[in-house]
Amino acid sequence: MKYASLKKANLNDWLGHLKKKAKLYAPRKKENLFVFRQVKEVEDVCLEYIPTVLPPKKYYFPQKEKLFKFSSQPFKTAKAIDKFEEFILFGVHTCDIAGIQCLDVVFRDAPEDPNYLNRKDKMTIIGIECLKYCDKYANCTSMGNHVPRGGYDLMMVDLGEKFIIHINSEKGEKLVTGLDYIKEATEAEMSLLERAREAKKKIFKEEFIGPLPKVYDTFDKSFASAVWKDVGRRCVACGNCTAVCPTCYCFDTQDDLELSLDKGVRYRIWNSCQMDDFAKVAGGEDFRKGRDNRQKHRYYRKFKYPVDKFNRYFCTGCGRCTRTCMADISLIETVNSLLSEEGLQ
Amino acid sequence: MLEREILLEKMRTTPYLPMKATITEAQMVTDKEKFFRIQLENKINLGHIPGQFVMVSIFGFGEAPISVCSSPSDKGYFELTVRSAGVFTDRLHKMAKGDEIGIRGPFGKGFPIDNMFGYDVMIVAGGLGIVPLRSLIRYIMHNRNDFGNVQILLGCRSPRELLFEEETKEWMKRSEIKFNCTVDRADPEWKGNVGLITTLIPGVDINPTRTYGVVVGPPIMYKFVIVKLLEKKIPEHQIVVSLERRMRCGLGKCGHCQIEGVYVCQSGPVFTYNDLKKFKGECHEKAV
Repeated sequence: MKYASLKKANLNDWLGHLKKKAKLYAPRKKENLFVFRQVKEVEDVCLEYIPTVLPPKKYYFPQKEKLFKFSSQPFKTAKAIDKFEEFILFGVHTCDIAGIQCLDVVFRDAPEDPNYLNRKDKMTIIGIECLKYCDKYANCTSMGNHVPRGGYDLMMVDLGEKFIIHINSEKGEKLVTGLDYIKEATEAEMSLLERAREAKKKIFKEEFIGPLPKVYDTFDKSFASAVWKDVGRRCVACGNCTAVCPTCYCFDTQDDLELSLDKGVRYRIWNSCQMDDFAKVAGGEDFRKGRDNRQKHRYYRKFKYPVDKFNRYFCTGCGRCTRTCMADISLIETVNSLLSEEGLQ
Repeated sequence: MLEREILLEKMRTTPYLPMKATITEAQMVTDKEKFFRIQLENKINLGHIPGQFVMVSIFGFGEAPISVCSSPSDKGYFELTVRSAGVFTDRLHKMAKGDEIGIRGPFGKGFPIDNMFGYDVMIVAGGLGIVPLRSLIRYIMHNRNDFGNVQILLGCRSPRELLFEEETKEWMKRSEIKFNCTVDRADPEWKGNVGLITTLIPGVDINPTRTYGVVVGPPIMYKFVIVKLLEKKIPEHQIVVSLERRMRCGLGKCGHCQIEGVYVCQSGPVFTYNDLKKFKGECHEKAV
């Protein structure tokens, strides 16, 4: 079976089924925003959502993650996590799936990161394709992430009465077989899917004023651009943009001691290149001074450096950095300013 | 298992887990620097290349990258020289003989010793830069016939800050190595050169195409020394520098050490000037 179909009326039955299989995380409403949470009541799951405050990154690259346990007297180290649990990410947008693919590339690159890979091994991804824009902040079309491009186990498309589910892996297939309410998609349903995709082409238009290769070329030439001064002048260095980014993975390590002071745990915690001490060494030298340079670094880590290193853009187009910015720094605007500046020269 | 296999296996399977190590010698060598001799568990050799660094752990205080200052030819132990400059290094300074610390590594790319075989070597050290360079100098001394003429230029702020005093005296005496030292500010007992390290370079006699220039020091010093070495017509790929950056993982992931797209902990800390030249503006050590 390659495509399956599920009546919307049976969605909760399926969620109940999935919940029994493994820990299930899905988007739900929180005040006027959305968050990924472990599913306790299947009714809480909300599939019509704009990108969650934090990407599902928090489940496979936790904000505070145990690296190992230690004791200093006597000197001993021990595994902090004995067993990693199976979990299902449900209702993941294609932009966030692109984010997972980016982190896969990073943490599989030698030397491998066993902490990430252990979690990733236990992960099942059930995506949902967007048929309309979440809001004006997303740039998923320019990044090519508005359509599914692999990296998931199952992908759902909302066709009104039903979901069509693309089965992309064996792991995913197991979650849809043997259930009387999930059937193989009919030809009529498949043509509905095609029509939905066609309609989508009229809605999703490239958000950048130039194609992606041109964006890359522009970054190659824009290291000294005045755009960075402007972005830096507005930035308040809160680090929100990096915290909500599905492809930001910079971290710090931190030792937490028990009250006895001789035992504890070493953690890794998210860190942000926007913090002013991020590149500062003990001797006092700061190797990335200024909010303009730090913002520039963030952008280059999306549009230039990873392209050189991994042949992949690390912006997924989810729009979170713009949505969360207190200073109204917009990614689309910044990139377009660089593009138009480049065009004028 | 062979020692190297143990270390590589550890790096592959548990890259964040430090190995147990014991301090077998510890002594203050200047007002601010302390010297440590360290033995890994089961006395396995670190097997580093001069210029590589280790991550030192003190549980409860964290971890910091420290250059190894002994040569891989010093077997059974390795050595570190650490300036007290923050919470972690202050705590490290309180450690004494017999105390246990954690070690990960060695990390990074060291000095290109294999490419330097047969070449003359001109070593320029500024301040603490002598620490990683001591590893290279000792290596050269232990393999003296693999290298041509060797000159060492050492500069520091004042005679009180001079590191490895006994050893430098010995280097001065050795005829097969030329050693020159200068201080920015002299004290009454100082009989040597006074002035910036760059003043020593024009007087040095070298065959530039046959010479490797190796520079380690603070960013402000690199810029001027590299200019002088370029003036001496040493080819860009034979000018070698080792950079200092903030580091947390040593695995090219945590992001702190990044210069533009390059992770210093994996691609460095040793670079040739040819590499540095390609940076667009984030490399403070690049000659102006």
